[in-house]
Amino acid sequence: MNYQGKMTISSHKELTKDVFEMVVEGDAAKYIKEPGQFVNIKITDDMTPYLRRPMSICDYDEHSIKMIYKVVGEGTKLMSKKQVGDQMDFLTGLGHGFIDYEAKEAIVIGGGLGVPPMYNLVKKLKEEGVKVSAVFGFGKESDMFYIKEFEALCPVYVATMDGSYGVKGTVIDAIKENNLSFDKYYACGPVPMLNALVKAYPDNGYLSFEARMGCGFGACMGCSMKVKGASYKRVCVEGPVFKSEEVIVNG
Amino acid sequence: MAKLHVTLPGLDMKNPVIPASGTFGFGYEFTKFYDINVLGSIATKGTTFTERYGNPLPRIAEGPAGMLNAIGLQNPGVHAVVNEEFDKLSHVFNGKVLANMGGHSLEEYIETAKVLSQSDIVGALELNISCPNVKEGGMQFGTDPELAAKVTREVKKVSSKPVYVKLSPNVTDIVAIAKAVEAAGADGISMVNTLLGMRFDIKTGAPIIKNKTGGYSGPAIFPVALRMVYQVSQAVNIPVIGMGGISSGKDAIEMMIAGASAVEVGCANLVDPYACPKIIEEMESILDEMGIEDVNDIVGKSHQF
Repeated sequence: MNYQGKMTISSHKELTKDVFEMVVEGDAAKYIKEPGQFVNIKITDDMTPYLRRPMSICDYDEHSIKMIYKVVGEGTKLMSKKQVGDQMDFLTGLGHGFIDYEAKEAIVIGGGLGVPPMYNLVKKLKEEGVKVSAVFGFGKESDMFYIKEFEALCPVYVATMDGSYGVKGTVIDAIKENNLSFDKYYACGPVPMLNALVKAYPDNGYLSFEARMGCGFGACMGCSMKVKGASYKRVCVEGPVFKSEEVIVNG
Repeated sequence: MAKLHVTLPGLDMKNPVIPASGTFGFGYEFTKFYDINVLGSIATKGTTFTERYGNPLPRIAEGPAGMLNAIGLQNPGVHAVVNEEFDKLSHVFNGKVLANMGGHSLEEYIETAKVLSQSDIVGALELNISCPNVKEGGMQFGTDPELAAKVTREVKKVSSKPVYVKLSPNVTDIVAIAKAVEAAGADGISMVNTLLGMRFDIKTGAPIIKNKTGGYSGPAIFPVALRMVYQVSQAVNIPVIGMGGISSGKDAIEMMIAGASAVEVGCANLVDPYACPKIIEEMESILDEMGIEDVNDIVGKSHQF
């Protein structure tokens, strides 16, 4: 179910440099059913920027959606200037998220802006009685955000590329150095991180991909990804979450 | 209430609004937003004889009031389109579609047209000789009047349905191409496809689109499309379906005034999934305000100037 509607900003703050947390409220929130689904936002009513901006969801309930985003271009820059009370046009409930919670011991893995979608997922996994830990990768200590919020839910292990916090290296280094055991993993982050994870752990994983999208609801074929066992799948409709077994590394 | 009904070869439509090929999938994706039976017709996703994955990602970039795409004719191949996609569509759409088709060779156009034109849901074929995003075929057929005429003639021979030829704006003289396909037996023309363009990452210097070039569409190209429809519709005696940046009822009316007998709405569908029904409603109310009873009365109204 996809829903188009105006959402009103109820809270908006900068967490760390260029990374913002925004909460929006409105009826369209109720169409989000799974952690890992996404929204597609028309940031202004103007013709430029022309396309919507797909955005991951950190947390949600019947009335509100919390997003954490980074200013990376023109659209997100305009978004960062929005004030409490401003409205934006949303398509919500897009894509298929993380829905398999059958695990004894799970880890959620987030790289950079792949961290936020893990928040609601950790809550779901805990509700289902799964023992869960979080492994997050950042460039450096000053890039980190939302660690305290996750620590309130589960053990958190961090890797930074420059070693300024936690394990020096990647999320895989953090998993190995902390001897984390798991029978299922859930990941979101940059494509090189996802590729490395599938190589290291080909089975029992769910990975959320991102792509440049035209529409976000399956019409334009702008985000089609080659997968095993099918000629392609659309990141926006069949994804953004894919099984590790179907991901073609560097596909 | 203004009359919106229009009749074109193979397409008897309750209104002149058709979602453009490549922006509407095979139609049924939009049933989650509205009843697609409000549409005049649907130009379905470009179909080739064999399955095509298309171009590597990223396929999408943006520009002022528009977008750049290089999908590369991704489609499951004509047999899967007819047997699966059209079957799904026929359960949710009562009208006839304008089946868009492409190819990398003359033979592929012919074989695809044979299969597509036999499908009950197909009212007419839309021959894509203007796709800028495939290495072989596509636009090469649409930029040379002789090749354009040849592919039109051969497809006409095998098609049991009317054939519209979709023209590329990436030519010096679009009127020459239009006249050539008319002489070769085209039943109509649809125009314009996207304008060939590029964007670059200023840090690395690399093109944003993996295919390097893509096709530009959106409101930014609307005046270019209007000019070309204005020129072509006066030079040929077959109907023109106008497209290129239409995003409102006012735009659609302006396109018909330029000489289009019907319109296609493209990337507006991607930004606002409700674009087409909104455009249909807006057309009706604008015509009512203007005191025009029949939308057919505005077609080519600009030609007196």
